Amino acid sequence: MILVVPSAVITLMYFMFSEVPARPGAPAPFNTTCLILLGLFPLFIMFLITSITMQRERGSGTLERILTTPLRRFDLLAAYGTAFSIAAAAQAALACGVAFLLLGFSTQGSPAWVFVIAIINAVLGVGLGLLASAFARTEFQAVQFMPVVIVPQLLLAGIIVPRSAMPTWMEWLSNAMPASYALEALQEVNSHEHLTRIAVRDIGVVIAFAVAALALAAATLRRRTP
Amino acid sequence: MTDDALSGETPAVNARNLRVVRGKTVVLPDFSVQIARGTVTGLLGPSGCGKTTLMRSIVGTQVVTSGTVVVLGHPAGSPQLRRRVGYVTQEPTIYKDLRVIDNVRYFAALYGVPADAADAAIDGVGLADQATAYCGNLSGGQRTRASLACALVCRPDLLVLDEPTVGLDPVLRVELWRQFHELARRGTTLLVSSHVMDEADQCQELILMRDGRLLAHTTPERLRRETRCTSLEDAFLSIIRHTTASRPD
Repeated sequence: MILVVPSAVITLMYFMFSEVPARPGAPAPFNTTCLILLGLFPLFIMFLITSITMQRERGSGTLERILTTPLRRFDLLAAYGTAFSIAAAAQAALACGVAFLLLGFSTQGSPAWVFVIAIINAVLGVGLGLLASAFARTEFQAVQFMPVVIVPQLLLAGIIVPRSAMPTWMEWLSNAMPASYALEALQEVNSHEHLTRIAVRDIGVVIAFAVAALALAAATLRRRTP
Repeated sequence: MTDDALSGETPAVNARNLRVVRGKTVVLPDFSVQIARGTVTGLLGPSGCGKTTLMRSIVGTQVVTSGTVVVLGHPAGSPQLRRRVGYVTQEPTIYKDLRVIDNVRYFAALYGVPADAADAAIDGVGLADQATAYCGNLSGGQRTRASLACALVCRPDLLVLDEPTVGLDPVLRVELWRQFHELARRGTTLLVSSHVMDEADQCQELILMRDGRLLAHTTPERLRRETRCTSLEDAFLSIIRHTTASRPD
């Protein structure tokens, strides 16, 4: 499911837009949506899966038991991060393959960068998911973090209204969110042939956010609990 | 280690003035106890008296307000103890959507122990024919044994078992105690908690607790003699009556 669903959704969107006439001079609506989906699907799918899995470990007591073994906290995070990132890579590869090769999606920049940004977004999702799991007592609560953490971020990032067209206070808010930089990086790759400075900066910012989220998540893994 | 050279002089567990506060409740106000090596010690007391908290303090997963717990010569929870102390929780903490063999192999990997130790551990608890069953499909008793196998895979020196026989039928209970005695014969120290007094007969030493306090640290024979009761349940109730009567109010 995790492998096929994003590709299936993108294909669905393709057919959805296929009858819509494109405004002259504007990019095809499918192209814009596909870019957003390719880059941001990994973020929220990985967030959802990681936060629920980690919350299950906490809730069932297996996390406490694991921490009584010689395993170090860093190893646990690295293991989760790697496992989920590999899953995300497979998913992104399939989605990119379907989009670029089958559905006629194209960008000015190289598809490889879209893939790279998708993977980095997945790692960000893993970090945020691990962090969010510390604040949820049940899977039910963990699932509700999605609309709290991810959806406002995506809206503020400019998927519906561009950031420059938002009121100033919203623009300030969106500057503090990692998803804004992720989306901007994708848009840069879409509209420029070579990797621009802005794109590199944005990729760096997302990586920094991901590392910070993982570091904070490490702080929530305690061997001793009340 | 020079401690081992003294062969049993240093206790397996040495808790001194242990004080644990959870939220607003003082679970253990001032608890001190010493558990000798190589013994099967029963930790008995009514539900909520602090048995699990004491066990978690020994294993090192409990936030302790004050006091010290020294296990096998090291502070509880130290990295050196992680392979030497096994902990089996009250609720079987295993992955229900994995098979028994996968669970035990996973813990074997976490302990840094070769994978064939997993097979030995599963044989040891008598689950060899269920090794490829999914843990979600096992009965309560089988799940307890699977959880036990996950703790045994690293051959710990101290095994802390939190109410392992709760809800099990007498046949299975006898079988489990037979395995516990076998482990003790091979040198493992066992600390087993229960709120069923009759299980006290299976232990060499008894620690009786109530409301976070140590009521008695004795043996089944001495307890019967001192309280002049044949049933251990009566003996325990007699001690409670004794202490509540003598406590100044």
